[in-house]
Amino acid sequence: MQTVPDPVLFESERSGDGLTLRLRGGWCIDHLREIETSLAQLGDQGKRVKLDFSGIETLDLSGAWLLRNWLEHAKSEGGQFEVVGERPAHFAFLDELLEHKTDQPAEATKARTSLRDAVVWIGRGTVQQAKQARDAVGFFGRIAATMVRAMRSAHHLRLPSIVRHVYETGIQAIPIVSLIAFLISVIVAYLGAQQLRTFGAEIFTVDLVAISVLREMGVLLTSIIVAGRSGSAFAAEIGVMRLNDEIDALQSMGVDFYEVLVVPRVIGLIIALPLLTIVADAMGLAGGALLSSLLLDISLSQFIPRVQDALAPTTFWAGLIKAPVFALLIALVGTYRGMQVRDSSRELGRLTTLAVVQSIFLVIFADAIFAVVFVELDF
Amino acid sequence: MSSNPQTPIISVRNLVNRFGSQVVHDGVNLDVMPGEVLGIVGGSGSGKSVLLRTMLGLQRPSSGQVLIEGRNITQMSDAELLSVKRRYGVTFQHGALFSSLTVAENIQLPIREYFDASPAALESLTELRLRMVGLPVDAGGKLPSQLSGGMVKRAALARSLALDPALLFLDEPTAGLDPISAAGFDELVTYLHRGLKLTIVMITHDLDTLLATCSRVAVLVDRKIVVDTLEGIMKNPHPWIQEYFHGPRARAADAAVKKAAK
Repeated sequence: MQTVPDPVLFESERSGDGLTLRLRGGWCIDHLREIETSLAQLGDQGKRVKLDFSGIETLDLSGAWLLRNWLEHAKSEGGQFEVVGERPAHFAFLDELLEHKTDQPAEATKARTSLRDAVVWIGRGTVQQAKQARDAVGFFGRIAATMVRAMRSAHHLRLPSIVRHVYETGIQAIPIVSLIAFLISVIVAYLGAQQLRTFGAEIFTVDLVAISVLREMGVLLTSIIVAGRSGSAFAAEIGVMRLNDEIDALQSMGVDFYEVLVVPRVIGLIIALPLLTIVADAMGLAGGALLSSLLLDISLSQFIPRVQDALAPTTFWAGLIKAPVFALLIALVGTYRGMQVRDSSRELGRLTTLAVVQSIFLVIFADAIFAVVFVELDF
Repeated sequence: MSSNPQTPIISVRNLVNRFGSQVVHDGVNLDVMPGEVLGIVGGSGSGKSVLLRTMLGLQRPSSGQVLIEGRNITQMSDAELLSVKRRYGVTFQHGALFSSLTVAENIQLPIREYFDASPAALESLTELRLRMVGLPVDAGGKLPSQLSGGMVKRAALARSLALDPALLFLDEPTAGLDPISAAGFDELVTYLHRGLKLTIVMITHDLDTLLATCSRVAVLVDRKIVVDTLEGIMKNPHPWIQEYFHGPRARAADAAVKKAAK
């Protein structure tokens, strides 16, 4: 008699011309690995065998299924098996289960060439992109139409909703926007002062801070923070409403969800972002003033006239005029991506991320265009 | 309560659950015997879900004990609790399938989590689970969002059976299904119960499900629990129970039982 080491769940015994395989131990899902190795070895034992199930301590359905599948497979390859002792009860259940022929479709559908797959993939991608482009155009068109209608009548304007969004995207963002504007201007002033000192032109640090904050830094940083804060919130809020069928509920009541959900967010952000930009500008100048007095001995009474000299009448407006455009971009991308959410929470996460990334990209891209245009216009 | 000499698989002793000043359970006692199907009913807010969560070890009770296979899960370390959790399967009311995974991956998740299985074995076991709940094998490649309500419930059941549990908890298994799918699901539960000798605890509002599948019924009323056979509980004089089993919505089901009895 030959004993197989422990992890194997059977022992074999040769008597005369026959081979008996005695299964033993736990044929349950807890010993999945052992079952697999045992089944692999069982196949090598020979073609004419007697199987003895009586030594099995525990057998669960998973074990029975794997054993039965192996048995069927071995039989189909010409093995001859004789079962000694009682057949486990789970086998009867599985027999019954397999008799319930669920209408299985033929598996021939997988036989495709990789070339054909590639063509299908490209085609599907193209159609999808075209559909998305069409949807986007439709979306922006709907918003424009709804906005025009909202401008004409107070009822369609949804004032309370707009006020709420101004509060959430504007007022609540004041602390973080102020802090970041302040710190950035401190950094610019510090670096500028160090470099300009080598020419003995420290006083120009004031010009540097004032112009860079008012023209670029204030509005750009504010927009990026708002894109991260509110762009993502727009996409997530609307996306969750989509998942909960709330959008369908609104539509079924005959309420135009563009009017209630999208346009108030767009208008709210268009109001809030310029105001935030002004706060950021003020905080930026305050940071510059503080650093100038600490680092360069330029007191506040010197700082203010210097700033006034440095700025052209258009400098402040050159920054502020960009804010509503950036706000429009952020709000449109956020709400559009939110509307695209379908079916699953994974989509929600993906599209929220996409909303933030795309709105930041668009803001910076638009800023670059503004820069070129302003130079050409000598603004 | 029951003259069954076996030891109960679940035993709830003097369970008290309190949230602030609101008392949900006040001394609940419940025994679930191996191999039975127990239905838990109760009005909205009567604490069915809290009871279920307590039995699952997802929530510790204010006081009292829950014994599963003789082991007190209310005073267990997390590691011990894990070994108990490994022994039961649960389906949640809305399926709770992981929406970013396919049905097959949903079923394989617990197996992968606990065991080191080859892809072939995983695939084979997944096929078994799908067949057990009566889903076509090609449903395995679908995402939960692509399934109908009835298929979601079946897929959730397949996932709960992934580790060959001896004990199955079903939370409102037929809620939101059309009567035909619901009847199909009842049939499936009965079939699995018979074939696998499973112990099943289910929360349900569906009288038809209760009649079709359950051997005993536990009713949560007045922060306590009343357990009896279906016939016994229908004779219980408590007004809520009377209203539940003999109210207008119950009459049809009632008539069906009487018809069957004849």
